[in-house]
Order: sequence, then C-alpha cells, then structure tokens
Amino acid sequence: MQPGRELGADLVLRSVTKRFGSFTAVDDLDLVVGRGEFFALLGPSGCGKTTTLRMVAGLEEPTAGSIALGDRDITRLRPYKRPVNTVFQSYALFPHLDVLENVAFGLRRRKSPDVDRQVREMLELVQLVGFERRRPAQLSGGQQQRVALARALINRPQVLLLDEPLGALDLKLRRQMQIELKRIQTDIGITFVHVTHDQEEAMTMADTIAVMNGGLIEQLGAPDELYENPATTFVSNFLGQSNLLAGTVSGKSGGFLYVDAGGERLAVPEHRARVREGRVLVGVRPEKVFVAADDEEDDTVGNRLSGGVISDVSFSGVSTQYLVRMPSGQELVVFEQNTGARGLFAPGTRVRLHWAREHTFLLDGSQDVHAGDEAYVQLAATTTGGNTR
Amino acid sequence: MSALTEAEATTGGGGPQPGRRRTRRWTGYLLLLPGALWLLLFFAVPTMQLVATSLYDPNGSLDTGYAMTWSWTNYLDAISTYREPFLRSFLYAGSATVLALLLGYPLAYAIAFKAGRWKNLMLVLVIAPFFTSFLVRTLAWKSILSDNGFVVDALQAVGLLGADGRLLATGVAVVTGLTYNFLPFMVLPLYASLEKIDPRLVEAGSDLYAGAVTSFRTITLPLSMPGVVAGTLLTFIPSAGDYINTRLLGTPQQYTIGNVIDNTFLVQLDFPIAAALSVSLMVAVVLLVLVYVRRAGTEKLV
Repeated sequence: MQPGRELGADLVLRSVTKRFGSFTAVDDLDLVVGRGEFFALLGPSGCGKTTTLRMVAGLEEPTAGSIALGDRDITRLRPYKRPVNTVFQSYALFPHLDVLENVAFGLRRRKSPDVDRQVREMLELVQLVGFERRRPAQLSGGQQQRVALARALINRPQVLLLDEPLGALDLKLRRQMQIELKRIQTDIGITFVHVTHDQEEAMTMADTIAVMNGGLIEQLGAPDELYENPATTFVSNFLGQSNLLAGTVSGKSGGFLYVDAGGERLAVPEHRARVREGRVLVGVRPEKVFVAADDEEDDTVGNRLSGGVISDVSFSGVSTQYLVRMPSGQELVVFEQNTGARGLFAPGTRVRLHWAREHTFLLDGSQDVHAGDEAYVQLAATTTGGNTR
Repeated sequence: MSALTEAEATTGGGGPQPGRRRTRRWTGYLLLLPGALWLLLFFAVPTMQLVATSLYDPNGSLDTGYAMTWSWTNYLDAISTYREPFLRSFLYAGSATVLALLLGYPLAYAIAFKAGRWKNLMLVLVIAPFFTSFLVRTLAWKSILSDNGFVVDALQAVGLLGADGRLLATGVAVVTGLTYNFLPFMVLPLYASLEKIDPRLVEAGSDLYAGAVTSFRTITLPLSMPGVVAGTLLTFIPSAGDYINTRLLGTPQQYTIGNVIDNTFLVQLDFPIAAALSVSLMVAVVLLVLVYVRRAGTEKLV
C-alpha cells in the first residue's frame, strides 16, 4: 500500500435512484457507511440491495443521485477506476487462471511491484497456502469463496463489496466463513458492505444493518437496536419473528402508553412507541413471552393475555416453540428455553401469556401485519384465496 | 438414469439380472457397429489402399498394371515436382484462415454478446448460404470480381488497383473465395465458445482494474481459444485441399495441390504419384494441426 493513501473513507449515497424501464429498483436512497464499518444491506430478493451494491461498484449507473467516497464523487467513474472491489455472488473466478493468477489479477493490472509476496501474504490470510497452482474448478465451494475474497482484498480497496458471498455454501461452512470474514474485517479494518437476505448472517457479522424493502431503507441501525425496537412491521417480521396484536391507544401515564388489545390493557414504554394514538399494533418477540397454566396463581406484573389455548408444540432440544390460539382466533408464538424447570405443555392446555412491559413495542396500525413474514407470504401465495387467519 | 436402473435391478429380485447386465454391456458396442463398419469400409481400407498405391512402381500404367515395389522415391519425385502448388496451398489456406478469423471473430462476438433478440436471426443468416450449392456461390464470386464488376471499378476509382489491374484470375480472388466459403465454419465454433463465457467474468475483470481492451485480452480471448482453435482448423484443413476456388476464380498459375492431385489422378492417370501427393498432404496437415493445437494450449482449458 502506498504511503499517504488513506485506508477507507465514508461511503455516501445521496438520493440515489435506479430505474430499469418503468421498474424502480432503488428509490431515492440516502445512506452513509462510515469508514472501517461492517455494514449489511439486508432484504428479501428484489428489494434493491444488489442493485445498490452494483451502483457502488460501478457496474450500474444510477438514474439519479450521487455516490461519493469521502470527498470524491465516483457516481460516473468507470468500475476499473474505482478504489472499490467486489466479492461476487457466484465468485466469478477466472476459470482459465490458477489461484495465484486469480488473486494477482488486480495487482498485475495496476502494475504493482512485488506481486508474489503480496499474493503469498493474502493466501496466508485466507488460509489457502499450497493451492497456488490449482484452478478454480479443482477447489471446493468454501475454497473458491476464499479465493474470491483474496482476489478482492489484495487490492486494498477503500470499500469491499460482498454480494451474498456465502449464499452458495452449506450451513456449517457458512457459519465458519461468517466468523472468518468478521475476523479478517477486524484485522485489516477495510469498510465492508455486505449484501444478504439472511437476517441471522447480517446480525452476527454487521456493525450496522440497513433493512431494505421495495427499493427503500425501512430501518437502519445496530443489529440489537433493530431487533429490539423495530420501526415497521416489515422489520419486525423479517428480522426474527414477532407477535403483533391490533389495538387502540387508550391512555398514557408514568412514561407508558396503554393500549386496549386482545381484551386486555397492555402497557408500552413511551420511548418504544412509533405512534402515540389511534389504531396501533402491539409487538413482542416470542422469546420474551412466558407461558403459564391458566390455573396457576397469577402473581405477574407486566403485560398479560389470558384465555389462550396451546394449539401446537414443537420441541427442538434447546427450546420449545408453542403456538397459542387466543380467544380472538389469532395465534401467538412463544419460545421457551429448555431450563428443565417444568415439563412441556400439552396441546389443548389453557394458558396465560405474560411478559415484561419494557419488552413491548408499538407500531403504526395502518401497516400490513404480515409484511416481511416470508413464511406467511409463501403460504398465502400457495393457498389461493385462502385466509389463514 | 443409471442410478434408477441400478435401483430397479437390486429391488427387482435376482432372476433376470445377470442376463440384462450382459446385454447392457454389449449395447454400446452394438451401437458403434454401423459407424465402425462404415469407417472400416470407406476410410480405413481406402487409406491403406492409397498408401499402398503411393508405393507402387511409377512405371506401371492402367494397361500394364502396377507392381508393389516399395518405391519411396515416389514421394521425393512428387514433392520436388510439385513443390510450388504445395506451398501455394498452405499460403492460400493460411491467408484465408487469418482473414476468416479477422472477419469471423467480431461477428461471432457481436452475435454472442450484442445481438440481443436478433441473435437467432443472425445465426440463421450465417448458415443461410448453405442453402445454395457451393459451386453456385463460388461462381457468383466470379461475376462479383469480374473485370467489369463494381468491385474492380471501385478499387480502380480509389487507385488501389491500376487501370489494367484485375482481381479475377489472381491469388486475391482465390483467397477471397476460400475466405467466403469457409467463414461459417469459423463463425459457428467461435460463437459457441464465446456464448459460453459468463459475462460476470468480464464484470469481475472490470472490477479488478481491467479496462475494455485488457478485459478482452486477459479474459474473453483466452476463454474463447477452444473456438478459435476449432474454427481455424475447420477453415484451414478443407482450404488446404480445396481445388474448386482455384479452378473457378484462378488460373493454372494459382493451382494448388488439390488441382494437382485431381489432375494427376484423373487426367494423367499417374496413380502412384497422385497417391504420394495425397498422403503427403494428409501427413503435412496432421503435423501442422498437432503443432498448432499444442502451441495454442487448449488442453489447459477445462
């Protein structure tokens, strides 16, 4: 690396729009990725995240808006002139070159000195020493992935773009590569922009996540912040699972809003409420909810819903997932950790649900309750005209 | 498929199994049989006959009959007598191959990457000339390149051709005809190998600091080498033995080894020398191809 060349700069997207014909893939997007950050663009397929990445790489030109690296506008810069490198979804390794030449490709184009030493160091970093003379076709998926990473990283880009780089790997290898990627990013401190549709992957790796939907950013923040305090139904369903109950705000006191929902009065901390009045959705994560038999003594403080009946039990060792049918007909999800303190509830048991008031969040009631719930969307698509509620 | 039949065989009980296995083992050879017989009858036997003929006593004739005298000198005689047409064959074939590559590569590239919805139409247009006969198409070039034709007129007008210059009956006409006739054999394999190249590789190249020219040189061209090799061989080999273009578009001054073989066999009836020329041509082409394929290094491409 040349002295004086700064490692990384803020990546700034201003009002970036991309249209393909009449289809708007990315709609007036504003985004700042701080230098050295591990940033994840998370969303379902077709949400515009890959298009956004390709515009940063220079492989697509924005219809409107600007992209800058630090003070430098790169909106119209040709891809091969940008200090940005990409790890492609399918790796796109050159099949006619061996590992060494694949990794050295960028250095050779820039007539960098000391190519052999740099390649060796990079192969050490990705643990591929000894594979120099292999061709991509002779490598496993995980090894190809690491070559793709080395080929991009060796150029010391200011921003490294990763387009679903782990999508083709099996689960175990994916976990391993997630840890490795995170380690490498921490070691070298280059800004990573990681596109993925896997919410768990985004949460384990990224410092900041932008959840995208329909060409827009729904919410941006740290993983725990997004998970604990989602801003929209889409985020609450796409990042993990949520129980959302329709209700109406009926009062306010002592820093809490009170909502009438499911025949009970539920409290929500004011700072966790996205709206203050009218029709709302009360949300709580399944692992925050406790189940108690209806005839147990009721000594709980906090939010409580009674009159539920266990409709489904699925035991997975670490935890148990209960589906609880409420009197309204809505089914709520509860994850119970397998602490061994109590046996499983049988289906048909009458139960009561309760959780801490601080764990409740409040969303605008005018949204689609099932937005971002991929399992529901798929189910709705297959049962034509069926109402699963 | 094989997994399926295997499972069928194991679950279906032991009865018919061994017999069926055996038939299956012979199926491949049975299918090969017609082709193998054809090759034996019409390729292997004639080739051996040709080689044998090339070693007959050169003083024999159809009337007196030929005696096998292992006259290796036939080869020396043939090559020394017809050195010029021999070299001319390779010169014309080489020129036509280079020209066809220069014309065909951009065309194949355009069809593979830029044609969009016109791709199929363009491919049909490449093949369309085959709907008329090879002879008719070559004769058509005779009128295109004729002394009063517009091509000569135009070239004379811009001074590229002298006032009494001509194209027909020159080497230029022969090479033009060869190039034209074998162009589709260049374009189709080139298209097939270019079309297989993943455009994302070129994107990856541009992401790694390769401009358009460098991307082409370091990615597209090496990956299309199998097509280049196939196309040049399919153009060069038949061009080297062709004698129609020289006959229709050239004069005896342009005659190549194809014309000589044709003439020696059918007019002079000098079978040993004609056979020696044929074998020499075959051996020369095979050697050239072997050297070329090795140099092009296509075996490295997976």
